[in-house]
This record gives sequence, C-alpha cells and structure tokens, in this order.
Amino acid sequence: MTQENLATKMDVNAIIEKWKNVSGSLVMMLHSVQDQYGYVPRELAMEIAQKANIPLARIYEVLTFYHFFKLTPPAKYQVAVCTGTACYLKGAPDLLKEIENVIGIKEGEHSLDGKYSVNSVRCIGCCGLAPVVSVNGKIYGQVKPADIKSILRESTKGEEHHG
Amino acid sequence: MAKLITQISETFKKQYANVAQRIIICGGTGCIASDSHGVYEAFKEEYRKRGLEHCVEITSACREKSTYISKSGCQGFCAQGPLVSVGDIFYTKVKVADVAEIIDKTVLKGEVIDRLLYVNPVDGVHCKTLDDIPFYKKQHRILLADCGKINPEDINEYIGRGGYHGLAKALEIGPEAVIEEMKISGLRGRGGGGFPVWLKWNLTRKPKSKEKYMICNGDEGDPGAYMDRSLLEGNPHSVVEGMIIAGFTIGASKGLFYIRAEYPLAIERIQKAINDCYKKGLLGKNILGSGFNYDLEIRYGAGAFVCGEETALIASVEGKRGTPRPKPPFPATKGLWDKPSSINNVETLANVPYIMTQGGKWYASMGSGKSTGTKVFAMTGKVKNTGLIEVPMGITIKEVAYDIGGGPLKGDHVKAVQTGGPSGGVIVPQYFDMPITYESLQEIGSIMGSGGLIVMDETDCMVDIAKFYLEFCVDESCGKCAPCRIGGYQMLSILEKITNGTSEPADLEKLHDIASAMQKASLCALGQTAPNPVLSTLKFFKDEYEAHVNGKCCPTGKCSKLINYSINDKCIGCGACKRACPVNAISGEPRTKHLIDQKKCIKCGQCFAACKFNAVVKG
Repeated sequence: MTQENLATKMDVNAIIEKWKNVSGSLVMMLHSVQDQYGYVPRELAMEIAQKANIPLARIYEVLTFYHFFKLTPPAKYQVAVCTGTACYLKGAPDLLKEIENVIGIKEGEHSLDGKYSVNSVRCIGCCGLAPVVSVNGKIYGQVKPADIKSILRESTKGEEHHG
Repeated sequence: MAKLITQISETFKKQYANVAQRIIICGGTGCIASDSHGVYEAFKEEYRKRGLEHCVEITSACREKSTYISKSGCQGFCAQGPLVSVGDIFYTKVKVADVAEIIDKTVLKGEVIDRLLYVNPVDGVHCKTLDDIPFYKKQHRILLADCGKINPEDINEYIGRGGYHGLAKALEIGPEAVIEEMKISGLRGRGGGGFPVWLKWNLTRKPKSKEKYMICNGDEGDPGAYMDRSLLEGNPHSVVEGMIIAGFTIGASKGLFYIRAEYPLAIERIQKAINDCYKKGLLGKNILGSGFNYDLEIRYGAGAFVCGEETALIASVEGKRGTPRPKPPFPATKGLWDKPSSINNVETLANVPYIMTQGGKWYASMGSGKSTGTKVFAMTGKVKNTGLIEVPMGITIKEVAYDIGGGPLKGDHVKAVQTGGPSGGVIVPQYFDMPITYESLQEIGSIMGSGGLIVMDETDCMVDIAKFYLEFCVDESCGKCAPCRIGGYQMLSILEKITNGTSEPADLEKLHDIASAMQKASLCALGQTAPNPVLSTLKFFKDEYEAHVNGKCCPTGKCSKLINYSINDKCIGCGACKRACPVNAISGEPRTKHLIDQKKCIKCGQCFAACKFNAVVKG
C-alpha cells in the first residue's frame, strides 16, 4: 500500500469513528469526506457502508439527492457562475456564455485535461455584488463579460492562457 | 442568575474604557470577496510598524488610549465594500493602499478623506457618517444594529452590550411567562409562513416527553436572499441566545443548528459562539445555576431547497434524503426522532433576546396590525442601493425601493418588485403605497417569504422571470409527490414554448389549470407555492404573455428566440458585425449597408454588441 493510500485510510477511519455512534450522522460523515477529498470517492463510500453498517444504497440515495455532494474529482480550477435571482437579472447568463466561449466547455462539463470545470451555482449570498463569479471559492463581484479573461488569467497564474 | 452576566458585562466595560478609538473593518462574505481581510491585516501591520498603541481583542492586556482594530459582521452594504469605519466616519471601497493615509489623516488628525466617502447617487452628496447615508437613515435597525458594530467573535462584547441578559431573565421568569411575553410581542415566523411563535412554542411545550428538540432553520435557500447569512455571521450570539431561550421554553434537552454548507463563515462563527457559551456556562449542565441542561450542535445542509420545509429538514437532520411527509402530525408532536420539536428560522430567533430584554409591548409597538416588529430584507436587482435592510412592518414598497433603494438603476420607474423568491409573486406600481404585512402581500398573490426583495425595471421580461423561478422549483422538487414533480415540469415546458415562439393561445389556460392542481394537491409548500410567480405575473402582466403567445414577440427583447435583428440606415458598412457573426449570416460590401439573412441568423446578439453606430436593431 502506498503512503498516500495509507493516509486516506486513516482519515476515513477517523471520520467514521467520530460520527459512528451519533444517530443520523450520515450527511455529516459525507460532508467530512468531501471536505478532505473534494468529492466522495466510491471506495470511501463503500468503506463507510462496511464500517458504519449503512447499506451502500442508502449512502448513494443521500449522495445523489443533495446538490452539494460530488461523485467525481473536482477540476483543478472550478469556475462557477452564481445564478441566484440577483445575479441572473444582472447578467449571469451572459457571463456563463462568455466563460463557456473562453474555456471551450459547456456548463456542467469538465475540460478533457481535467483542469477546468464550469458550473452554474445557486445563490452564494453575495447578492450585493451581483453578478458574481467564483474560481476555486474565491469570489469576484460585479463582473462584466469583458472581465472574464483577466479573472481566469489571474486565478490560473502559471498556466497557459486562454484567449 | 443574572449575576454572572452582569459580572462579565462590567468587566468588559471596564476593559473597553481603555479604547480611545475603534476601527471597524467589515468581515462579511461580500466584503471579504472585495479583500477586506487584506485591509484588516494592513491596518494591524501599519500600527505595528509605527509602534502605535493598539489591540485586536478586548482583554485585560488592552492598554490605555489604544485603538481597537476589529472586524465586524456583514453591514449589508456589500456593493460598496470593503467598508471601514473610524469612529463615526464611514469609508467605502477601501483598498490596502488607502490604509496608511487613513491612519495619517483620519486616525491621527481627525481629517476626513473625501475620496473614500460614500457619494449618494441621487444628489451627489458626500456622506460622512452612516447616518448621513439615506440607505441607512430610513431604516429601523434592531437585529442589524449590532451587526457591523460588534466583533462577532467576542462573546464578552455581546454580553457587554446587553447580550444574554434576556436569557437570564427568561430563566428567572420561567417558560410560561416567556410564552406570555412572546404572545404580547406578536412575533411571527420570519421564514415565510408567519406562524405565531408563542403558539408554536406552546404546542411543543405541552406534550410530555423526556426528549424534545429545538431546531434553527438556517438553510436559506431562496436565491437572492442572504438575511440569515448576515445574522449568523454578524451577530451569531443573538441567534444562539434565541436558541437557548427557545429550548428552555419548550423544555428541550438539545438544540440543533441546520446551516447551509455553502455558508462556511456562518458555520465557523456559530461554532465559535457555541464553544464560548460552553466556556462561560451558558450551555451545558445547569445553565447559570438554573438547573436547565441544554446542548447545541450544528448540522450542515447540503444544497436542497426543499429542506427549508420543516419535515424535510427533519429528515435531513436524521441523515436521510430531505423529503417532506404529510402533516399532521406536526413536528410539535412528532418531529426529530419522532419527538416533539420546534423549528424556527434564524431571523425569528434573533428577535427573541430583544423581546426578552425590552418587553413584548415595546416590540408590538412597531409594525402594523397583526404584523409586528421589523423585517429584514435583502434588496437586490435594478435599484441604485442594494443591500440588507431592516424596516418596520407596514412600510410601503415606495419607501423601500425609492427612499432607501434610491430608485431604479436606469430609467425613471420600477416595473415591479418581487418578494418571496420562488414561492412569491410580483408587486406592481399600483400597490407601491400599500403597507407591507403578511396579510396584504398574500392578498395580492405574493408572500412575505424569508425576505428576498428583487427590484425589476423595464428591461426585465416577466415571462422570463417566471420561467427562471419555475426552473428553480422544478430542479429543487424532491420528486416525492406527483403534482409538484409532473405539474412543475409541464408548466415549465409551456413557458419554454412561450419564450421560444411555439406556443398556442390555449397554453395560457393550461398554465392556470396545472397551477391550481399543484396548489391544491402538492404535499408540501414547495409544490403548493411553486406556481405563484407564474400566476402573479400572468395576473399583472397578461399583455406581456399575450405578446409572446399571439404576437410571437418579446416586448423587452429578453427572450432571444423571439428577437429579430436587422440593420438600419445608420450602417456605415464597417464590417464589425460581419466579422462578429459566428454563422456568416451577414453580407454586404465594405462601406455599404449590410444585411442579415434571417434564415441563417441564430439570434446570438453578437452583431448587436459589435456595432458602434446603433445600426443593428432588435425588434
């Protein structure tokens, strides 16, 4: 077993130990896993099933119900456009279109090299700054389509540039 | 019981007396996005470099005449962030590079830096203090008063400003007296339903059970609203205190915060507040010597709008899919783990400490009719000042959108104001003078909702807005009951037909039919209220729908499939549009008028954006 795998195993054990005896803690367990790995890998879901004695079907029932949980590894640069009402009215659809153009993938897709993902997300509560774009959690406010290229350039420093 | 609280309060006041000046840097999510953290660090660094006396928390180590550099919660003026105040002087859009100048001029000499003041967009006047800004002046801030003033991570300051005195009082007078006080206050649920709080607590208090639960609903899912986030971030102890008082009143042994995972800062601040309460003996066993035992924990939401519904929220806290179940039995008799539970929203709970200390009568003196107190709204959209506002119930839309909001961003009138998010409806100008209460909004087909307030102008297409909200509800429908799952989908496909020009006149009738079936037969409020945005826009903007259906045109030009682009005589033949067109639909020799081939045109609007001579027109 490689070093990396070992670390993975221990972390999951700690998470399961922490929540195992708390009733109704499945959602919290999955949050902890996603917090560490960026998504919920199938192997870990299976491990939780085994060790916490929860049917795998129940785990996936929960995982697929909530928007927050991801089943695939996150891209290196996760670009998200807020499509809450305020952002929608102030031009979020145009931003999304521009980002799709610049990166060359559609909303909900990963680029083939795994570097970028583009998503529209629900309100992130920064309505005062609408419209809002976030890259790996960093929030950019009052964005215009013309700003997209420089935002991507800034947040992906050292990578080859688009556009 | 109040002794410990008084002690902490006195100690804090004594230590605070050493503070000669206070610099507050807004640390809400919005300002952090505009780098307020960098500004905060820059202030600390600059003070350290110059060797000026300062402190970053209030402790016994604070020396005399020091400057207190503190962060605050969200002040609600996010568009102008990062916000910095030095004493009374209020600066907006402060950058790291401005810090040294602020210290040189404002802190040391008391001079005002004009450039950093907020300029009122209506009359161009520079506003020196918060109270000079119309956006703040016309509000009535109770819950938000301390957001932006206190350090949300300092329990001593909260207590020093009168916090947890309400809890001490509640423990002293007992649950029945608390319920009586709540009854007098007339406080109603701020999450949308408007159910009287005292009644909910009384219903949960009655059943005999060893275990009872108090739950705080912080799953703020309404897109375009962030009142709860600001309260949780800006004054977390007010919500925690509300939770303890509520738990004590209903006889709960445990309380749970259910907060969206998308609000990491809110979770962090509430966790810190809970930890500090344990340290001070305000949580745990025998709280303040009253014999009351109570624990608080946090559970995360995971991005499901339906979990705002009580029974769905309970299922989620139990670690299951968040699907609602039929009521009755209501959570007051059969809630979390089948035990009696009371669920209140963040804003509702934040009101409780103020009612306890200042009395139900005081609270009831604000507002109008059966809607007492104040309401926090997140005003966004096409208005000059956007942000978080707290106003007395019974205020009119006119006062909110024009006096506080400063009027429409462009043009001279507001087309409509939307409240209640995906469950609400539009308010049109003829009702702008109507006092806002739970009842009045319902009468005109909208709801109070949790507090989203979206201002729309002439360029916003009402069919498109209705479609936007319905899309949201279809996406968020849990799928358990057919009326919501199928009805929502069918309504959405009709709206899609309307906006892409393939609808028939009978479709409007169909929308009505499906909507009324959904309202009557859906299992929970999500499905019952999902048709509201459509019905409300249909009622007030029928002509707009008819233009889409019969005339196959969108009056605002928003629905791209219904737009035809053409080139008029202003065209000088520069070729910019021709180069921009992705499908080669534009032809024409240089320096002659160009032409768009309507058959090839995909209506992307690139030519419209590229033309510098206003020669490409929508129609």
